Formats: sequence, C-alpha cells, structure tokens
Amino acid sequence: MKRNGIFFWVGAVVFLIVIALITKLIGNEYPFFAGYVILQFIVLAVAWSILGGHAGYVNFGTSAFFGMGVYTAVFLFKVAGAPLLVQIAAAAAVGALMGFLLGLLTLRMQGIFFSIATIALTIVIETSITNWRYVGGAAGIQLQRPPVTWPFSGYVQMLFFVQAVLVVLAVAVSRYIQNSWIGRGLQALRDDELAAECTGVPTLKLKVLACVISGALMCAAGAPAAMYLQYADPSSAFNLNYSVSVLAMSLIGGTAHWAGPIVGAILLASTQQLLTVTISSEVNVLVLGVMLVLFVVAAPEGLIGLLRRLLRKEGK
Amino acid sequence: MFSFELLLDAVVIGVLLGCFYAAVSLGLSVSFGLLDVPHVAHPAFLVLASYAVYVLNEHYGIDPLLAGLLITPFLFVFGLAAYRLYYETFEKRGSDAGVRGIAFFFGIAFIIEVLIILQFGVDQRSVTATYVGKALRIGDMRIPFRLIVAFVVAAALTILLTLYLSKTFMGRAIRAVAQDQEALRLMGANPIQIKQWAFGIATAVLGVAGALLIIVAPVEPTLDRTYIGRTFCVVVMAGLGSMSGTLVAAIILGVAETIVLTLFGASWAPAISFAMLLGILAVRPQGLFGRRS
Repeated sequence: MKRNGIFFWVGAVVFLIVIALITKLIGNEYPFFAGYVILQFIVLAVAWSILGGHAGYVNFGTSAFFGMGVYTAVFLFKVAGAPLLVQIAAAAAVGALMGFLLGLLTLRMQGIFFSIATIALTIVIETSITNWRYVGGAAGIQLQRPPVTWPFSGYVQMLFFVQAVLVVLAVAVSRYIQNSWIGRGLQALRDDELAAECTGVPTLKLKVLACVISGALMCAAGAPAAMYLQYADPSSAFNLNYSVSVLAMSLIGGTAHWAGPIVGAILLASTQQLLTVTISSEVNVLVLGVMLVLFVVAAPEGLIGLLRRLLRKEGK
Repeated sequence: MFSFELLLDAVVIGVLLGCFYAAVSLGLSVSFGLLDVPHVAHPAFLVLASYAVYVLNEHYGIDPLLAGLLITPFLFVFGLAAYRLYYETFEKRGSDAGVRGIAFFFGIAFIIEVLIILQFGVDQRSVTATYVGKALRIGDMRIPFRLIVAFVVAAALTILLTLYLSKTFMGRAIRAVAQDQEALRLMGANPIQIKQWAFGIATAVLGVAGALLIIVAPVEPTLDRTYIGRTFCVVVMAGLGSMSGTLVAAIILGVAETIVLTLFGASWAPAISFAMLLGILAVRPQGLFGRRS
C-alpha cells in the first residue's frame, strides 16, 4: 500500500472514532439530525460523481435511486420488520440492479438525451410508488422506530454513525476507482467514447460497472432516511431537489478529484441546513439555483479546479 | 365500465388537449429541436409567462389571450438576452456545452420557481374570462370552452410558426443554421445572430402559450416539473425541429393521457408523458419525423 493509502485509511478510522465519540458526548439530538443530512449528501454526491464525474454521464435520477432506497426500507420494514442493516443491504442490491438497467440505457443514449431519460425514469418510478397502496400511496406512511440497540444512546445517533460508515465506504470506493484502471478507462470514454472503444477500452462494461456502483451507493444512502424521518411519502422521497442538489454539490466541489464532491456537499448541505433553520426552505432552493448557475458559469471546474489553477500559477 | 362513448369522449378531449400541448411545446421545438440548446427551463419560462398573464388579468382586467400577446415583445427580448448569456458562457467555450448547459438551465428553472413562490405563494392561480368555465354540449358530450379556445389558438400558432420557418427569409435562415452552421458562416452570414433571433422567437411564443396554460387549468409555481416531461416528450417524439411533427406528436400524447386517465385514474397521468419519452428515446431516438437518421 502506498503512503497515500495509509494516510487515507488512518484518516477514515480516526473520522469514525471521532463520530462515535461525538454520539456519546453530545446529549442534544439536534446536531445529529442536521449532521445526518450533511453526511447523506456526501454519500450521494460522491456516488453521483463516480458516473457523472469520471464518465461524464450526467444522471438526473439521483432522486430515483434515493427514493427507491427509502421505499426498499419501508417495504422490508413493513413486511418483516427487517433491521436497519438488512434494509441498507437490500437497498444497495436494488440500487445495483437499477444501475445495471441504467447502464444498458447508455448503449442507446448519450449526452443530454441520457440526462432527460434519467429524469423520465424518476417520474415513472415515483408514479408507480404513488399508486402502490401497500407502502402508503400518495398519502405516505408512518413508521415506528424499533428500540435502539447497544452501544448507541439514541436512534438518531445510530443513524448518524451508520451514515458516517457509508461515507467512508463511498469515499474509499470512489478513491479506488479514480486511481485504478476503471477510472482511467472511464475518463478515456468521457473524452471520446468512440476513440476509447477503438483502442480497446471495454466501454460498455465500464459504463455498466460505474452505473451499478453509483446506483448501489445512492440507494444505500437513501435507505436509512425512512427511519430517520419515521415517515415516507413519494413526492418528498423522489423530489427532484435531490437530483439538482447533488449535481450542484459535485459541480461546486469539482469532479476532477474524489475530494471535490465531499467539499461541495459539506459546503452546500451545511448552508442549506443553516438557511432552512434561520430563514425558510424556499430561500434554500433559491440559493441552490443561484449557486448552480454561478458555478457552472464562473467556475466550471469547481472549487478543486480553482484551487489547482491557483497552485499552478504559484508554481510558475 | 368502459364504453364506446367514453372512448370517443376521451379521444375528442385528447385531441383538443394535444393541440394545447403542441402550443406549449413549439418554443422548445425551436430552441431544443433546431438549436440544440438543452432548454429544461422552457417550462419554467412558460409558467412565468402564465403568472404575468395572471397579473395583467387580475389587476387590470385584461383578457388572458390579449395579455399573452402584450407580454410577447418582452419575452422576445428576454429570450435574446438568455441566448446571449448561454452562448457566451457555454457554446463559445466549446466542449461540454450540453451537459453544463442542462445544469445551468435547471438552476435557472429553480430560481424562477422560487421567485414565483416568494411573490405569489404556493397557491393555485387562475384567470377570469367569459370562456373559462363554460362548456359546449354536443349530444351527451361536454367539451369545455377553454379547451376549444386552446385548440383554435394552438392550431393558429402552429400554422403561423410553420409558415414563418418555411416562407420568410429569417425563418429559412433559422432552419439553415440548424442544418449546417459552418456552411452558413462560409456564406458570410452570422450564425450566432440567427440563433439568437430564433431563441427570441422560441421564447416569444411562450406569451400566448402561457396564456393558454392558465386558461386550460390553474397554475402553481412548481407546475413546470410536469411540463418538462410533456414538452420534451412532444419535441423528441416529433423528431427534433419538425413543427408539423410537433402537432402530431402532441395529439398522440394528449389522446394517450386522456385514455389512461379514463381507464386508470388521474394518479397515473404524470407518468404517461415521461414513460412515452423514455420509450421513444430507447426505441426510436430520431422521433417519428426525425431530421436525423
């Protein structure tokens, strides 16, 4: 293992230990409530970038994956009272399957048509869930959290920790992909798919792989949300805001490096948490729109890109 | 439960509704179909136009259709400016325009949505006019006047735009720029100016289309999200940039929606356009009357 790798894993372990300690030390539930959302967006943004950043396929279906994660959890909980870990694992499997199908779609569509198709996919799935009475239909469904298990002091604290584990998992996967043949292949097909195919890059295999990994992570990130809110309804679980937020986070951070989406997610998600509490959720969406336009226009490479440009200038 | 009369009813209403869908999609057929601008904010512009019509109707008692015509010049200028911004920031820089463009327009759409919410709240708004709320009876069939108005205006709008694109100098220039921008440049014309003009036209059409939108049904700030599906479905099904194709595709969508509505209920309606869009993209991406094979 390279030195970089050792640093990364030590950092990850320290991060988890700190998170675990925090859940013991802070008595108030609110910080975990807010922190959970930020962690959740980190997972989503990192997962999104695996396909959107490396391969350049802009997926607007984040809400479809997120919502399916939520409803996989709801379904399993209602059918069998499945524990949280089973819900997350099943959601990841569902997400992987959805990702596989999405990967096959890339065979026929590229660029903006792929993006439009993913929006369409989201609405079609949302409508199907809306019409599925068993999981609550349009009115939504109330869920009763089971009693929390040792060593956690409260359910929200446990969800916070679980989401932190997912963050580490997602970042590790994304980092691995960037540094391996998968990432190089994806970048080759982003720059020129035909040329990549001609030089022997297995483009379809790579695209499907990226879709499967990205989908599984996004669905897994959605699964704990059912227990977090103790409630689920289709129009919020499949809300387009998730797709656009996650896209904005990745673009703001920059997709050229695995750390970009993390930076973007932390920045945007904490701003949004702050705004929702202090002003209103409408202003929140306004800020999202303005940030998105601003960054796409002024800093297309994101914060990471800006930083790199600065460093390069210094070097000269 | 399902009879021939019910089906006939659904088809008639569906055709009328389809013409209305054509009217709201024509602008996108120019901007996305001919100019390749990934204009996902098109439905947001449409809803914005509806609110402008609402204000003129509510405060000054102006007829909604007239109000739609009144705001048309402003929309035209707005469209010119919007394209300029898009061109300077994306097309000029070259690579990746489509993907960043779609993110850009989503941002714009969200900003418009929130500004409408902050100004008007989330309640539904509608207009008052003599033809809103009444219906024409033919035998047992009841056809709302507002749909007939929408039908007539939509048909007129489609014919006008088709004529404009095929008969006038500027219209032909727009179609030429869609076919081969470089060739146009070699002939000494400025393709960017023509595209800007075309985008202005595409936005200007939204004045009357927005009026129809609020005549046909009450509007709310987030209505644009449903219309992303409808407008893109129509434009992609039509085959990018075909005006007569737009009308036919819109009618197909309208009939499909009303039939599903009658058979399965309103809760399935939002998925129809998106499902058709998905199907077309997967099976026949060039659309029914495609300009590209």
